[in-house]
Amino acid sequence: MYPADRRYTKQHEWVRVEGDRATIGITDYAQKQLGDIVYLELPEAGRKLEAHGSFGTVESVKAVSELFSPVAGEVVAVNSALVATPETINADPHGQAWMIAVRVSDPKDIEELMDAAAYQAYVGSEAK
Amino acid sequence: MEASTTTLRKTPLHAVHREMGAKIVPFGGWEMPVEYAGLINEHIAVRKAAGLFDVSHMGELEVTGPGALAFLQRVTSNDVSRLADGQAQYSALPNAAGAPLDDVILYRRGPERFMLVVNAGNVEKDFRWLRAQNPEACEVLDKSEAYALLALQGPRAQEILQALTPVDLSSIAYYHCVEGEVDGHPATIARTGYTGEDGFEIFVPPAHAEPLWRRLIESGREKGIQPAGLGARDTLRLEAKMCLYGNDMDETTSLVEAGLGWIVSLDEAKGDFPGRGVLAAQKKDGAPRKLVGFEVTGRGIARHGYPVFLDGKPVGPVTSGSYAPYLQKNIGLAYVPSARAAAGTVLEIDVRGRNVPARVVPTPFYKRTKQ
Repeated sequence: MYPADRRYTKQHEWVRVEGDRATIGITDYAQKQLGDIVYLELPEAGRKLEAHGSFGTVESVKAVSELFSPVAGEVVAVNSALVATPETINADPHGQAWMIAVRVSDPKDIEELMDAAAYQAYVGSEAK
Repeated sequence: MEASTTTLRKTPLHAVHREMGAKIVPFGGWEMPVEYAGLINEHIAVRKAAGLFDVSHMGELEVTGPGALAFLQRVTSNDVSRLADGQAQYSALPNAAGAPLDDVILYRRGPERFMLVVNAGNVEKDFRWLRAQNPEACEVLDKSEAYALLALQGPRAQEILQALTPVDLSSIAYYHCVEGEVDGHPATIARTGYTGEDGFEIFVPPAHAEPLWRRLIESGREKGIQPAGLGARDTLRLEAKMCLYGNDMDETTSLVEAGLGWIVSLDEAKGDFPGRGVLAAQKKDGAPRKLVGFEVTGRGIARHGYPVFLDGKPVGPVTSGSYAPYLQKNIGLAYVPSARAAAGTVLEIDVRGRNVPARVVPTPFYKRTKQ
């Protein structure tokens, strides 16, 4: 269910690392918890993010949820098409619905995150 | 939505909701389905086909006896003498300030038999209040346990229900009800609702709720029926600018301020009731503030409780606010000074620290085209 090529946070973000570039989105579990997503706010490219700092907001009809960056770094790409079609987050959370890419300033941030198996176990226990 | 640490009650349809994959939330002291497959789908199904809601959490208070009509004239805002048997009216239980303890639908089921359908969270308060108003030659009874309530709403509601009942539904006018059977279950069928669409509310004994629910879902499937939760009910009623008690009105907002002057009767036949003087003056001279609808013109969703500003000054919170799934806009309701209530007035909403522009628009936001 959760792709093995990335790491996961307790706030239900995923991060895929290629070299010093980390692509970030929210998990399938997160989109299901939120329900129909209708609004997304993302930062501009160039913004410096702290690890665990807020980088935006996602809203469903009923709920507001802040987005947290798993890693520190500078925003180098923003999926602005997603802002216009936030329902894609429900449809394809691990694929087309990537949100931002960050140039990682400290690779250690990534080592602290859960792998797919650990995340699967984590959401399994949270669901109960 | 309110959370509660006390034990939450379950409707007779609770197991069916679980089985259908509903997300369950606490509401008004009950565990209720907030959505099934998805709020937006459910909302659109009600606008274009039909949705089936479990609203068994609503309370039913009966007032019976030779003095019932006179008593209800004394404690409600609307003119009960206008009701014929089998007719209903939207009304309220006003306090001395002309603000509602609750908004209700009052049914006349017979010359000496009336039923108030009240909000789930207010059943006990309403019941105590009514008993404290000295009912004479009549009895006030809480019959909430005797009824489950299903709401079948949408342009195809009549077609779906007609297939299961010998009652000629086309003969039931808006805000009227008939006693009959649906698929063999004893039922009171009322042409009422809280969605802005045509539709029915079906009162059945609790043991009949589950088989009736299953039959309606199965029989309506081809016609596009969907089970719909409280989430869609809330966005549907907001598009139709129907007030939600506890959000858009409460014991501090007069009925005239809330835009409900039309359920306040000053007729001679009506006589006196709590808050009549205040409400009469406000109907004549206007109230200091008014509940208006707004559309967010900037980017952001205005939600319940967010502060609203007019000319840089706070005017109060958003009373209801949401993304509107059918209109595909962000809309809401708020109280503003009456002098500034005209459509086009520019407001600002504090969306979590960011000022987002909005403007007052005519309401209802959505009005169905009658067939």
